[in-house]
Amino acid sequence: MKCAYLLAVHSLGGRTAKKAANSARTDYNAGMLDVVLEVRDLRVLRGERAVLKKINLRLGVGQYLELRGANGSGKTTLLRALAGLLPIESGGVVWGGAPLATDRSAFRSESLYLGHDAPLKADFSAVENLHYWIGLRRPLQRHEIEAALSKVGLPVAAQLRPTRQLSAGQRRRVSLAALLLARVRLWLLDEPTTQLDADGQAMFAGLVAEHLRAGGIAVAAMHAPLAPAPAARQELVLAAA
Amino acid sequence: MRHFGLLLTRDLRLAVRRPGQTLLPIGFFAMVTALFPLALSPRLEELRGIAPGVLWVGALLAALLSLDHLLRDDAADGTLEQLVAASESLLSLVLAKVAAHWLLTGLPLALLAPLLGAGLGVPVTAMPGVILALVLGTVCLSLLGAAAAALTLGARRGGILLTLLTLPLAVPVVIFGARATKLVIEGANAAGAFYLLAAVTVLALTLAPLATAAVLRIAVE
Amino acid sequence: MVFTWFHRLGSPPHIYRLSERLSPWLTWSTALLIAAGLYGGLVSSPPDYQQGDGFRIIYVHAPSAWLSLMIYSCMATAAAVGLIWRMKVAHAVAASCAGVGAAFTAVSLITGMLWGKPMWGAYWVWDPRLTAQLILLFLFFGYMALRASYDDASRADRLSAWLAVIGIVNVPIVKFSVEWWNSLHQAPSVMKLARASMPASMLVPLLLMFAGFTVFFLAFLSVRLRAEILRREKHSAWVREMVANA
Repeated sequence: MKCAYLLAVHSLGGRTAKKAANSARTDYNAGMLDVVLEVRDLRVLRGERAVLKKINLRLGVGQYLELRGANGSGKTTLLRALAGLLPIESGGVVWGGAPLATDRSAFRSESLYLGHDAPLKADFSAVENLHYWIGLRRPLQRHEIEAALSKVGLPVAAQLRPTRQLSAGQRRRVSLAALLLARVRLWLLDEPTTQLDADGQAMFAGLVAEHLRAGGIAVAAMHAPLAPAPAARQELVLAAA
Repeated sequence: MRHFGLLLTRDLRLAVRRPGQTLLPIGFFAMVTALFPLALSPRLEELRGIAPGVLWVGALLAALLSLDHLLRDDAADGTLEQLVAASESLLSLVLAKVAAHWLLTGLPLALLAPLLGAGLGVPVTAMPGVILALVLGTVCLSLLGAAAAALTLGARRGGILLTLLTLPLAVPVVIFGARATKLVIEGANAAGAFYLLAAVTVLALTLAPLATAAVLRIAVE
Repeated sequence: MVFTWFHRLGSPPHIYRLSERLSPWLTWSTALLIAAGLYGGLVSSPPDYQQGDGFRIIYVHAPSAWLSLMIYSCMATAAAVGLIWRMKVAHAVAASCAGVGAAFTAVSLITGMLWGKPMWGAYWVWDPRLTAQLILLFLFFGYMALRASYDDASRADRLSAWLAVIGIVNVPIVKFSVEWWNSLHQAPSVMKLARASMPASMLVPLLLMFAGFTVFFLAFLSVRLRAEILRREKHSAWVREMVANA
């Protein structure tokens, strides 16, 4: 049929997403209850170029996925597409059995995306930043924020200074504290360790391990493998297009 | 509602931390209106005729001056991306942004207008009307400006483009607002002009935030 | 089937071939209509008893003014279709409308000014029609500038589409506000067409020019749209195939 070509790929994308949802539900019935995040045949464009093609993922409770690949291979694009910040050209993402194409609300409140740079207001202190950032997700007590900041190793004096005066590593620690405070199931992390010192990297590995033990899921774009590697570790190597 | 309140207090608190940036449009407005008597004539009767035009064009330009920061700062430091990723609806974000912009720019401009108007020969009896017209008009300007700011968020030369997009949209507000101000100054019945001004503002309040929220999602891509 | 028809409308190669087929028809009817309109307007109709030969600029001015508004509406409609049904061809149509729309708005402004000189003794009078046209020109410029300032075609399409939609809501409000503003200042509004009193010798060529300009726009659009589709689909299989066969 001629008209098969016709309309933009979007409508096809919608159909694929629905099909994926159905088969995912069948999978659950077949006893594979632990699959929480499933990505099927994902395709994402930047401009006219398909940066991501045929991406397939299955992640369950307590699993850690490491995204590897050279610069420009699409690690950030994949994370941003999952976070809902980029439009998906075709393919589907299923979260907890429901396709994101139809309903994103559960996914939004159960996931947190951390980009390259810590999303902090330079004029606010670390405490204020977290109050306004994570406070939008759930009401926070001040002592909770201070406890989380202490846990990620930010000294008390630095917690109250405007974040413009903090080092890059300290700012990164503030955004790790956001992960703890948000209490979400899925972490989407873009090179979370780059600005951290050796001590900070070990601390981060500990946070991830704790998160996975509690039934969380983490997806992280990394240049060097996380050490020590979590037990339930998967790796996806993206090739430069 | 909690989202709206939290986002609004965030923006107001940030504005207090950056007083220079916050007061700039207000200073600009005062300066521009003060220049007209110097360029034209010191005679109040002559200035009274052009006072509505001066006040309205001055307010429009001052509001435009601060629009560039409305979303660009949040986009630059990554906080906008967080808000977009976490929020099912961006309506409360847009309304909070517009409210903050109006409280920090529109309202001070409207309250400052009588003071500047006195220098342009505006009679004291007309002051409440002058304030009311600017209050209504600046709400509309903040709403339209937010839509334009979202459209130009990722654009090259976004600042100039923002002005180019906002000015034609602002034409009806300026016409109705300046007319209402003129009638108030002349002591005539200004009800018709005020109704039209209010109608345009209500229309902008119903439609502009929806458009802005939709545009914001595309803008952060 | 409605769906088949709708799908066809969304298909770049189908639209490309359709516009290729329509193009000669549109071009020839433009030529005929405008030639007939010009003959009727410039040769066979008598000079106006008040305005002399100066009135003949109406044969260009009025159709341009109508077309500018028509093109803006077309652009906004195409943009809305593109947003709602995510139809890439609709965005291409909207993109093709902007330049020619701005050009006709400019023509109507310039001819309006030329007409104004003998009528009012000044090139520019704040006539409500001229003022509304001027603001329409700014809307076109804003649309084109916004489109040009994004590299990513998909974002440029969707963001400029929102601007066109916001603009079309604004157009009638601007028109009303400008007329209201003008009526308060009681400036003369001479450019009313007064169709009822117009003799047939003037009305017929004028209608021919209206039709000719409209068909010209369609002819222009069919060429411009094909260029736009080729630019957007340059990597696709059907374009490569077509180029290889040519």
